[in-house]
This record gives sequence, C-alpha cells and structure tokens, in this order.
Amino acid sequence: MAAPLVLGILVAVTVRAVLYRSSLAGFISERVEVASPLNAWKRVVEGLALLDLGVSPYSGDVFHETPLIIYLFHFLIEYSELVFMITDVLTAVALYLAVQDFNKVVFKKQKLLMELDQYASDVAELIRTPMEMHYIPLKVALFYLLNPYTVMSCVAKSTCAINNTVIAFFILTTIKGSTLLSAIFLALATYQSLYPLTLFAPALLYLLQRQFIPVKLKSKGFWLYTTQYAALYLCSLMVIVCLSFFLLNSWDFIPSVYGFILSVPDLTPNIGLFWYFFAEMFEHFSLFFVCVFQINVFFYTIPLAVKLKEHPIFFLFVQLAIISIFKSYPTVGDVALYMAFLPLWSHLYRFLRNIFILSCVLIACSLLFPVLWHLWIYAGSANSNFYYAITLTFNVGQILLISDYFYAFLRREYYLTHGLYLTRKDGTEAMLVLK
Amino acid sequence: MAGAGAAVLGLLLLLGSPGGSTGPPRDSLREELLLSPLPSGDLAATFQFRARWDSELHREGVSHYRLFPKALGQLISKYLVRELHLSLTQGFWRTRTWGQPYLQAPAGAELWVWFQDSVTDVDKAWKELSNILSGIFCASLNFIDSTNTVTPTASFKPLGLANVTDHHLLRYAVLPREVVCTENLTPWKKLLPCGSKAGLAVLLKAERLFHSSYHSQAVHIRPICRDASCLSVSWELRQTLTVVFDTFSVGQGKRDWSLFKMFSRTVTEACPLASESKIYVDISSKTQENELLEVTPLPLSVHEAPVQGDRRTYAVYDLLSPSLFNVSRSLNVQLKWKRPQDSLDLSTPVLHAQRYVSGYGLQTGEISTLIYNTHPYRAFPVILLETVPWYLRLYVHTLVITTKGKENKPSYIHYQPAQDRRRPHLLEMLIQLPANSVTKITIQFERALLKWTEYTPDPNHGFYVSPSVLSALVPSVIAMKAEDAEQNPLFTSLFPSSDGSSYFVRLYTEPLLVNLPTPDFSMPYNVICLTCTVVAVCYGSFYNLLTRTFHVEEPSRGGLAKRLANIIRKVRGVPPL
Repeated sequence: MAAPLVLGILVAVTVRAVLYRSSLAGFISERVEVASPLNAWKRVVEGLALLDLGVSPYSGDVFHETPLIIYLFHFLIEYSELVFMITDVLTAVALYLAVQDFNKVVFKKQKLLMELDQYASDVAELIRTPMEMHYIPLKVALFYLLNPYTVMSCVAKSTCAINNTVIAFFILTTIKGSTLLSAIFLALATYQSLYPLTLFAPALLYLLQRQFIPVKLKSKGFWLYTTQYAALYLCSLMVIVCLSFFLLNSWDFIPSVYGFILSVPDLTPNIGLFWYFFAEMFEHFSLFFVCVFQINVFFYTIPLAVKLKEHPIFFLFVQLAIISIFKSYPTVGDVALYMAFLPLWSHLYRFLRNIFILSCVLIACSLLFPVLWHLWIYAGSANSNFYYAITLTFNVGQILLISDYFYAFLRREYYLTHGLYLTRKDGTEAMLVLK
Repeated sequence: MAGAGAAVLGLLLLLGSPGGSTGPPRDSLREELLLSPLPSGDLAATFQFRARWDSELHREGVSHYRLFPKALGQLISKYLVRELHLSLTQGFWRTRTWGQPYLQAPAGAELWVWFQDSVTDVDKAWKELSNILSGIFCASLNFIDSTNTVTPTASFKPLGLANVTDHHLLRYAVLPREVVCTENLTPWKKLLPCGSKAGLAVLLKAERLFHSSYHSQAVHIRPICRDASCLSVSWELRQTLTVVFDTFSVGQGKRDWSLFKMFSRTVTEACPLASESKIYVDISSKTQENELLEVTPLPLSVHEAPVQGDRRTYAVYDLLSPSLFNVSRSLNVQLKWKRPQDSLDLSTPVLHAQRYVSGYGLQTGEISTLIYNTHPYRAFPVILLETVPWYLRLYVHTLVITTKGKENKPSYIHYQPAQDRRRPHLLEMLIQLPANSVTKITIQFERALLKWTEYTPDPNHGFYVSPSVLSALVPSVIAMKAEDAEQNPLFTSLFPSSDGSSYFVRLYTEPLLVNLPTPDFSMPYNVICLTCTVVAVCYGSFYNLLTRTFHVEEPSRGGLAKRLANIIRKVRGVPPL
C-alpha cells in the first residue's frame, strides 16, 4: 500500500511544482476564494517586511497570522514553496495513517456488534468487508492531494495548508488514542484558527470510546477522563500562547488574530456568507448579527454530540464541514479538508439522495466564481450581487451535501438494526420517513 | 482709534497694571502684493497681510486685541497652540508650465498645528481646534478626525521659534475633497484689520478671484523673535492669498495685464493701519539686454532679490509714499509684454514631482510618484510624506524606488501601517536624488470593500488620496544673502532660505482619485433575508436530522382526494389507487 501512496505523492508534488513555475501561480494567489485576509501569503510577506522595518506586524490591520507563522517563516521564507508542498504531503500521509487505523477500529466494532446480535438478519449487503475497505486510506490521501482546491491552495501559498496539517495530525493522534498528543495538536489547531475548539467534543467521545469508558453523565470515569483531557488541552494552549507572547513581548497578537476572527472587520469578498451580509448591515445591528453568526458555528456541537455519540468520527467530519462553511473567512482549502473524508463514507452511496445535483452545483459554482469576479471587478459589467449569488449557491450546495451524508448515515444505521428489507403490516414494501 | 488707545493706556496706569508693562503690546501690519508673470503667459498674484503682535499670548491674560484678530488670539491661548497653518486651495499649481511655486498648498484644505508641550491631550485639543476653525472659516474642517490625521516625524518642522520638537505635539491633516468658495473668502477677509475696505484688500473681490486657475488662501500663525537678542516672543499672523489668472479665460487671449483687468478694481489708498503697503511686480528677464515687460505707471524704485536660486528684479510701488497718487487718485498697474516670450524664459524648476495611480480593475492598484531633480550637478535629499487612507491597503514590501534604472534605498523610512477605520497609512522617507535624474517610487495597494454606510453619496466618483508632501533644501545656482525678516517680510516668507546656498521648498503632488468596489446599495433587506435563509436551510436540515427518527410509514387511509379519485376510477373500470 505504500507504493501507490508514494506514487500519488509524486504526482501531486509534480503538479504543484509545474504550477509554481507557470504564470498561473500569480493569478491563483490573487484569487479571493483561495486567499483570505487571514491566510494570504502576501500578508505573511508584508508582516515579515514590517518586522524588518522595526514596526510590529500587529500594529496595522494587514497581518493577522499567529506568531507561530512568524517564527516558522522568519527562517524558511526562501523555501516557502517547499514548505507548502511538504505540508500537503504531511497532511495526506497523516490522513492515510489515521484512516488506516480507523478502518481497523470500524471493522472490530462491526465484528463485535455482529457477535452481539445487534444487527438484523438481512443486512448482509450492508456489512463492510476488509476487501472494500482496503483502498479507502489511499483514496482519502489522493482525494486530498489531487483535489483542485488543495492544489490551488498550495500554489497560492495560503497558510490554510498549515492549519489543515495541524488538524490532520490532531485526527491522527486522536485515532491512535494518544491523549497528550491529541490535546497538544488540538491546542495548536485552536491557536491557529479559533474554530477547531469545537473538535474537542468528537475527539473526547472517540478517546472515551477507545478506552471503553461509557459516556454517562453520572459515571466517575467519564468525568475523570474529561477533566484530564480538558486540562491537557488548556495547559498546552496556555503554553503556546505564552510562547507567542515572548516573540514580540506584547499581547498585541490576541486582538489582531482572535479579535479579527471574531469581529470580522475586513469585508474582503470570499466564499463565505459574512462579507456581503456585514457590508449591507445596518450599523445598529452589526454587533448582534456578528454574535449570532459566530454562535452559529459553535452551537451545533452539543446536539450533534448527543445524536452521534456512538459515531465520533462521523461527528468529527460533520463538525469540520460546519466549521468550513460557517467560519468568518472560509477558503477552498478548508473545503478540501472535509472533502478528503468523503471516501470514508463511500459505503453510504446507495442512500444518498441528491448527490448528482449537489456535485453539479458545487462544480458549476467553483467554475463561476472567477468568472463573476472578473465581471464585477475588472469588466465592470456585473455588480457584487452576482458574486454574492454564487457564494450563496455554493454554501447551500455544501450544506445540502453534508446533510445528505448525515441522512444517509442515519438511514444506514436504522437499516442495520431494523433490517434492510422492511415490510409493512400488510406485507408490501415499507417506506421510511423521518418523523 | 488713537483716542481709545490712550484711554486704555490711562486706565491701565491708573489701576496699576500687574506686570509693570509699559502699555498695550505693540502691533504692526504690513500688506504686500506680488505680481509675477508666469512663463506660460498667465499671471500669479500673491497677497500677504502680516500682522505682528508683541505679546506673550500664553502668559498674560490678554483681552485687548487691535490688529491681531480676537478669534485667532483666543484660539491660540485656549488650546496652547504654538504654530498653526491652515490653507484652503482650489486648483493645482502646474509646476511644469508655471515654474516653481511660491507658497504651494495642496488641493483642498490642509491644517497642521504644533501644540505647546504643556498640552496633556493633544488629540482632544486637535479635535476641538479643527471644529472651531471649521466654524471660523466656514469650511468643513470638522471632517478632520483620526482617519485622516497623521503625526509626521520629519516633514513638518516648526517654522517659528521652537525649543522642544517632540513630534507627538504635531498634527497634520488634509481634506482633498474640500471645495473653496466665496463662503471661505469672506471670513478670511474679515480677519484683516482693514477688512476689504481699504488698502490692498479692496482688490479681493470674490467674483474675480474664483474665476481663476488656482486660488489658495492661507492663514499662518507662528511665534517669532521680538528683536535680534530674541529674549521675548512676538506672534506673527500671515494671511496669504495666491491666485493665478489664466490668459485665455480672463485675459481673452491677450497677454497684457492690469490690476483692473484682473480684479476689476484699482488701488486708491493704503490701509491706514498698515505700517507698510507695497506692490511688487516681477520684471526680471533672463537676458539683460532687452527687457521683457513694460510696467506703467513707472515704478518709483526697483528691488533686487535672490529668489529660489535666481536673481530677480522687482518694480516696487509704495502705497504709503505720497508721490504715488500725485498723478491719478487710483493706481492701476499695467503690464505689457514688449516682445513675445520664447523658450529661453521658461526655466524648469529644480525640483518637481508628479504622482499617479496605475493598475486596472477594482482589486489592486499601484501608486507611482516621479520626482525630478533638474539641477545639473548637485544632488540633494528630499523627504517624502505620503498619507494614504486605510481603505487602500498599502503593502510596504512592494515599495520600490528606482533612479536611472538602479535601486535607490532611502536612508530613513518611517512607516506606520493603517488601522481599519481608525488611522491612515503614514509613509515618510528620506531619499537622495542624484543630479539630473528622475526617481520613481512605486507601492502597491489593495482596495477594500467598505460597509454600505461608509460610502459617500456619490460612490462611483471615487475616493481621494491626499497629496503627498515633498520637503527639500534645494541648492541654488547662485549665492544668496539671507534676507532680513523685518525689512522684507514678503521675501523671507515667500522664499525662505536658511543659508546662502540653498532654499527651502515644500511641494505637493496631485491628489489621486481611486475607485473602490461597491456593494449594491439597494439591497440591504434582500441580502439579510437571503443570507439568513441559507443559514436557516442548514439549521432546518440539521434540526430535522437531529430531532426526528426514522419510522416505517403506515399507509394512510387516503384523504378526500384519493377517495374521489377511486370513485372516478371505479366508474371508468380502472383498478383503484
């Protein structure tokens, strides 16, 4: 299995190297879908230039990266292309190893549930075999590496790739079961972009499941482990934040990075929902709606945790998708990360209802983004409404994709426990509805 | 006037004045007018009204104002102002066709103030000061706030006496969109001791002054030495007005000028309160043999002065001398060209600059400044101050300075990045200009999308970028003797020179007009509804999936429609649903 992965990595690296040397590299780095004010490479260079001039990069409103990025690129600025290619490769390898381990866990659990007679009698076709699961890790890695979104993100040198690497490592360490490393990578991911905080719940649920600690509110073991994990997470976060303080000896980076993410002052167009909404917002309600939109990202966690506590990795996938759709400055790099997980749920294909139309919508929107941007900004024949409409359609497409997968997942679970061929009382074929 | 002064003097002596002063402080007024024909055939008229008041405004509680206007005096003492410079300009000085400007001011309104070091909250004082000046001069200076105010570190050194130069006491703001009109001229004229009723100020009629290519009026207040020993401080108020009359619109194509043609008035008397009242006409010519201009009536005296690196000759009309109004009661100075001007008379200024914006589309752009040094053999440094509003995000790593194809590194850079909606970008650089060269400075920027309420009512007009300021000590071609400030206030203020070899020049470039991408202003409700709909789609789907469970659907008995359909089917003989 390593050989096809290495081949895939080589192909991916070649594609990126070719694009770096071509004239498309400049065009792609200017694209607002790929580079947002939070993670554009131009701003990293600007921050380092300000540091050279003796001005704090956080004194203006151009640089919104964490001090970790300053530390990293202060020395590696000349090898930036290599750094971004390596981060992509690392993400793919981390996802490969994580999914490989996860498949073993899934198979073991399935075997256990079958022996415990939890499954109905006629669900043989729904049971997953090692044969079909053999190529999934490779597919996940390739889905990430060869996704046009990822390639564009890498060529534009958007630091979203670094965020994705950290999240991938977090997923790997969680699936491997290491509490300390998982807490450290989660702290790093939260430090980089605030929203991975919500991934605490699925990680906790997975680690509890792995340690065979039942998730009951009255159980002492549950609270003990939760506090342990939370303490490790918070301590590593404190350590990382304090290390960042010592870079420039000031706390300026906190309002510049986290204040910026939460208060959304920069309205540069991107593929998200925030920019036009706040461009057209009445001043009076601005604070209220900022709070509403930010809460919107975080408040799906608890209900999803209650519903999906037996399936934490699916919960993680849905949570990642919600972060990518509703964060304040999304880019296609964030979309690429959760799309890499789609091969993991390929067994749900027969239950997906709208996959064809949704994939058409997503592809069409991705192609229309640069066209309508050009018409608005350069040709002057369209206006901002055109670009905004495509943003809305793209986000609706993503939302319906995730809810479609969620529906398919829940439906498969129902069939597994109640039997695949359901009949009504009078013997005719039954229809399943959500009530 | 004199009687009232004597009465006050008597009253003070009677009450025993506290400081043991010898009486009310002395003040004097000088008014001067400089007419200079420009190389392109236009004519520039520069008025300067200088009131000098020997009083320590900050120490004594002053309440008696004579020649110095009370409004400004109270302003200085209340806000502890050390220097104040305000200019309102309409038009742009075309350095290439008109030559080096005398007192250039940027298009729009410019205000810069040095405060005393005893001021605790400079920003608060600045805000209140700009609001009060807005009221005094009927200009919208109240739009000066933190988004267009900067604190330059090197460019605007005090022009008057100063012993402390902490640049945190300096504030500078430009409003490039400000329009100057009669409403601004009237309060400016009201500050003059004689108003517009006597002296040179009678020439200031609005309908002629605004029918010009360039109109700039300014107020400069600064402390100066009272005498050569400089033990005490006097306050100087200079009101200057520069106007350029165009050959074609005013002169009807003919290059003969007269006071009546320009101002539709003639001078009949000097201001009675002025100690000096003079008209200077620039009659210098490049070649000594044939004179360029003929001036009538014949001047009583001729004054020579080294001006901006050039030796110039001026015809002087002293309005206070009794022999001037012997022939006629009014003075109408007339200028006639004796021979057509040729290119020998056009002198390119040693330092001039231009600025433009390049790029296409509404996403990015580039500001380029070209600075020309036409001196044949001397290189000199220039300080460039650029203030760019926050919504044009400058990227200082794209700053490139090239001279003659090679990179030119500035010896001093001070860059203060902008904060969104709080302060603008400030870029100050000291650049060495080699002799006979063109230096190009380019910097790239990104255009921001603003909130819909932050656009002006005409958003597609564009947004103005304030002119950049170039300050330099330009080496002069000839040796100059420093003029005495008391003898020739016009020449020292218009053409200041610190030593004999160079003179100080402050130039402004053009303001720029930049378009920003605009949202659709008619759509706030629609956008809120549509975006909330998308969020609701997610919420709804997830709510359904999280709170509902799968059930096998029980067949319903069939509603009314189904039963009706079955009846029709039975009639037709078709199996029921």
